[in-house]
Amino acid sequence: MTETVAREVGRARPRKEDAHLLTGQTSWTDNITASGLLHIALLRSPMAHARLTRVDVSPALERPGVVAAFSGADLADGLSSMPCVWPVTEDIVMPDHPPLAVDEVRHAGDPVAVVVARDRYAAADALEAIEVDYDPLPPVLDLESALADGSPLVHSDKGTNRCYTWPLKTGEDFDAVRARAEVSVRRRYHQQRLIPNAMEPRAVVVTPVAASGEYTLYSSTQIPHILRVLLAMVTGIPEHKLRVIAPDVGGGFGSKLQVYAEEALALAVARRLGRPVKWTESRSEGFLTTHHGRGMIQDIEIAAKSDGTLLGLKVDLLADMGAYLMLITPGIPLLGAFMYPGIYKMDAYDFTCTGVFTNRTPTDAYRGAGRPEATFAIERTMDELAAELGMDPVELRRRNWIRHEEFPYTAIAGLTYDSGNYEAATARALELFDYDKLRAEQADRNARGDTVRLGIGVSTYTEMCGLAPSRILRDLRYAAGGWEAATVRVLPTGKVEVVTGTSPHGQGHVTCWSQIAADVLGVPFEDVEVVHGDTKAAPQGMDTYGSRSLVVGGLAVHHAANKVVDKARKVAAHLLEASEQDLEFTGGVFSVKGSPEARRTLQEIAFETFSSHDLPDGMEPTINAEHVLDPDTFSYPHGTHLCAVEVDTETGQSRIRSYVSVDDVGKVINPMIVEGQVHGGLAQGIAQALFEEAVYDDEGNLLSGTMADYLVPSAADLPEFVTDRTETPATSNALGVKGVGEAGTIASTPAVVNAIVDALRPLGVQDVPMPCTPERVWRALRSAQEARS
Amino acid sequence: MIPPAFDYARPGSIEEAVRALADGGEDAKVLAGGQSLLPLLRMRLAFPELVVDVGRVPGLSGVREDGDTLVIGAMTTHHDVIHDPLVRRHAGLLAAATATVADPAVRHRGTLGGSLAHADPAGDLPAVVLALDAELVAQGPGGRRVIPAREFFVDYLQSALAPDELLTEVRVPKADGWGFHYEKFHRVAQSWAIVGVAALVRRDDGHIAEARVALTNMGATPLRAHAAEEALAGAGDAEAVARAAQEAADGTHPAQDTSASPEYRAHLARVLTGRAVLTAAGMG
Amino acid sequence: MTHITVKVDGTTYEDKVEPRLLLVHYLRDRLGLTGTPVGCDTSNCGACTVDLDGTSVKSCSVLAVQADGGEVTTVQGLAPDGELTRLQRAFHEGHALQCGYCTPGMIMAARDLLRENPHPTAEEVRLGLEGNLCRCTGYQNIVRAVLAASEQEVTA
Repeated sequence: MTETVAREVGRARPRKEDAHLLTGQTSWTDNITASGLLHIALLRSPMAHARLTRVDVSPALERPGVVAAFSGADLADGLSSMPCVWPVTEDIVMPDHPPLAVDEVRHAGDPVAVVVARDRYAAADALEAIEVDYDPLPPVLDLESALADGSPLVHSDKGTNRCYTWPLKTGEDFDAVRARAEVSVRRRYHQQRLIPNAMEPRAVVVTPVAASGEYTLYSSTQIPHILRVLLAMVTGIPEHKLRVIAPDVGGGFGSKLQVYAEEALALAVARRLGRPVKWTESRSEGFLTTHHGRGMIQDIEIAAKSDGTLLGLKVDLLADMGAYLMLITPGIPLLGAFMYPGIYKMDAYDFTCTGVFTNRTPTDAYRGAGRPEATFAIERTMDELAAELGMDPVELRRRNWIRHEEFPYTAIAGLTYDSGNYEAATARALELFDYDKLRAEQADRNARGDTVRLGIGVSTYTEMCGLAPSRILRDLRYAAGGWEAATVRVLPTGKVEVVTGTSPHGQGHVTCWSQIAADVLGVPFEDVEVVHGDTKAAPQGMDTYGSRSLVVGGLAVHHAANKVVDKARKVAAHLLEASEQDLEFTGGVFSVKGSPEARRTLQEIAFETFSSHDLPDGMEPTINAEHVLDPDTFSYPHGTHLCAVEVDTETGQSRIRSYVSVDDVGKVINPMIVEGQVHGGLAQGIAQALFEEAVYDDEGNLLSGTMADYLVPSAADLPEFVTDRTETPATSNALGVKGVGEAGTIASTPAVVNAIVDALRPLGVQDVPMPCTPERVWRALRSAQEARS
Repeated sequence: MIPPAFDYARPGSIEEAVRALADGGEDAKVLAGGQSLLPLLRMRLAFPELVVDVGRVPGLSGVREDGDTLVIGAMTTHHDVIHDPLVRRHAGLLAAATATVADPAVRHRGTLGGSLAHADPAGDLPAVVLALDAELVAQGPGGRRVIPAREFFVDYLQSALAPDELLTEVRVPKADGWGFHYEKFHRVAQSWAIVGVAALVRRDDGHIAEARVALTNMGATPLRAHAAEEALAGAGDAEAVARAAQEAADGTHPAQDTSASPEYRAHLARVLTGRAVLTAAGMG
Repeated sequence: MTHITVKVDGTTYEDKVEPRLLLVHYLRDRLGLTGTPVGCDTSNCGACTVDLDGTSVKSCSVLAVQADGGEVTTVQGLAPDGELTRLQRAFHEGHALQCGYCTPGMIMAARDLLRENPHPTAEEVRLGLEGNLCRCTGYQNIVRAVLAASEQEVTA
């Protein structure tokens, strides 16, 4: 008798995570309560840059329901500077970053005082009673003039606004290559500041046990493990006395890959008062204090032969750090540094990034982190080069990309791409898009002088995912490693617990890790539980960001489950009186080759191990196993996206007519979840192209300070996407997986902007800055018209 | 996210409401559907000492006919305005424009009277009642007062209502036989109009006999585009309409904000006026 | 303090509340009905959408005192005996949620949409959900799920 086992990996399993989310039985951090819970509210600077000459919290104490109030000076003892763990160069400028401002505020929203009250209403009221005197200082807002001599300084003690300059030069000398180039194109692009906008605002709850000095911190975070280590360092609470729990977390997109002042302050206040405390941001408060993304000026130059063959690439970046260095602020541009050459072959690459302090909210990771910026710059510039050469943009890419048979290929920036098939993904995308037909319609509209023009945008990409090999992180001066941990436990009744160090916030790890473990162990999907997000229950982890969870954490689950099978095999061999080599393991059953009636299920072995009455001599009575995986290399998803946009030249309004993405993320655990990740990524990338921007005025006030002004698109503002996949398995890991969390965001922004520019190029437009608002399109058209006449 | 504290009155009649407002003076605010007031309170942009909730006052909602006029209770919700058969038949412009206000949940609570009394020039409905030559009826301690729409919107967020007056009804002349269109231009579906154009057109023998054009968000108050209206009279084809629409921004003073410059708003007013009129006239 | 009586998810509550108390805070902080979350402070996100007397409302934009005498249904009251509604099932089967934070509001808004327009087009679904923001899904699976739920009703 043979058992057929349905493979879990590759199945579109509806998620285990959904039931409680669909019925409101959630545990968002703001839902958590405790007896005697107090609410924290923070008074924040209304000014971008000022000296604090007086902070008097005493009037707040008079307000009803107020238990305590603190200034920065009151809490300075016992709290060190907020951490930055990525000092990208030896001589990087690392300013002090007190969790609560003491003598100077450096961005609108910088916190200056804390009140603690019986409920959130009393806390909000008491803020109005606090008296603060600000002595205004000139704000630093422009990246270029910030570097000029005589500029006002964000951190006057540092003597400069330059945070660091980080170079990467590979291959031939760029100037030499440009000298022999027949054509070169130089452009400047602005990556506007973005506000990540996870739907759950940040929140933190701390419950202390004063007698034992133990603290439990609940936070809406992507990184409970990293948070525990660093908050222990910031607050001095011994690490083993601090438990961090990431309960249900409502999205992150990088914004919760952070150690925030409010987390440290909540611990400090709970320690001071011996009472549980809660802080929850309002959305508008979060706009000022939850880190922003992007914020770069990109100067890019590409040199090529007249047949389109690329020769070299030069990139100069100015990256807006904001007022302070947050967890990995300086490193974000470096995650893109290796990606500017994209999927193309060339002989020279010259990259420099300068980080600059400004009096704005600090920047840090936002979905894609460095790689969307890189992909945007190269893919926009490829279109410009194609226009210069009079060549079809798809054809230009085809001439330069790494061919399928050339993998593994060490690209110019030094990374070895293990696998890829750019031809296949592009061919599929063109087919789904009906490229030739749309080009014909475009030509027709142009010929007619239609007021509504059609543009076609193409974008290819690859990205480095699966952060990260620890030794590479060392070389990049990142302070921690890039491994991930998993434990697989088979309980006495045969049910399985998978403990993972990744910390999901919407991705579906519970479902996918269950699928992986079920396949290896041959147990039903339903019999697997996944434990995560609590440093007591899942003590070891590096958490979730950078499309790493599956490629590092999911793989660790796979390896740990295989270790369980190896151990169980020893027990099975002993019980069946056979040698291990003579055992087969399928569908969760060990059987002796040739005598299928001699069999033991994994569940039976788990119980035998539990009783331990008859284990092999000297064997530890457990089949549970853990695996900590440090990846050898990155993984390299890739894809081709095509976008058709109709641009109303009278109003400047752009409307996406069709969007096709074909992504290659290697082997797929759950295609439904992969598709969902792509959809969400596309929405965010399109939003950067068309809608979103953190706008500041000349004094450093955030003008787009609420969701009414910062335009997060709704269902009515986005098109139906056509998505498909090609599948080129990664050769660098046992599952062949590559990661999918950021792909959609990376490719879509340049696809949309390329389409808009493509629509307007016959009218003389070469660029529209992001977001491509109707007014900006209108202005670009008007300038082009003026230039022609 | 936390409103400041206020006293609360829930009058049971118009008279009680007016009395409560009179007692509260300048520091009293009327709570209708709350869809404009609550956002202000949550952001602590308003600090009323007294909130007079007229949600339970009988007789303030519903639509009825009064000869050639539709009488719409101030507390009629946007949702009810959109679906009301009388409004759809006799004031289609109002139904169409109301359907573009905010989103369905807000339209369930928000009221016609509330959004007019709020007098936000970026709101869609002030321009619409201006185009419709509606009248607004206020009740105060001294009795009932009828205010033409063109006198109602005094300044940014400021209506002609006295602090102790309650807007009770909106009287809309039936616009039977008029073509209409509300052209709203915004960057995302939920956002405020960068510019909106409310157009009513009466045609005669293939030509525009009379056009009324009112502009959303082209100044501190909603505005009638008088120059364009005059130029539109007699227009018989798309070209003539487009020519007349060039005068749509005359006399306007649009604001600079994060979504647009005054210059661009003026441009939009001209383009959108042309489109709105063509659609209203069935010439588009 | 104002005395209110509100029926929420089938249970009648009597309370004294400050007039300024938002309905969403009444549900969450007073009644412990934390299934309805708060996602913004400007009425844009719709995460807090509930049903009040038969129509969807944003519970951040209603005072608790305005709900006096009314009947509120939250996402927690949709499946009282554990049997998911067709919309909840469609969201699950069609992967129309990721982090799940917008889901209660999205489901309450979609429920209202289908009540008013039982057989919407994709375009009508998109417009009908314009007041509910999601940052994870790109909306595509949400639109599909609402359409799937509407079709189920046809055959059911």
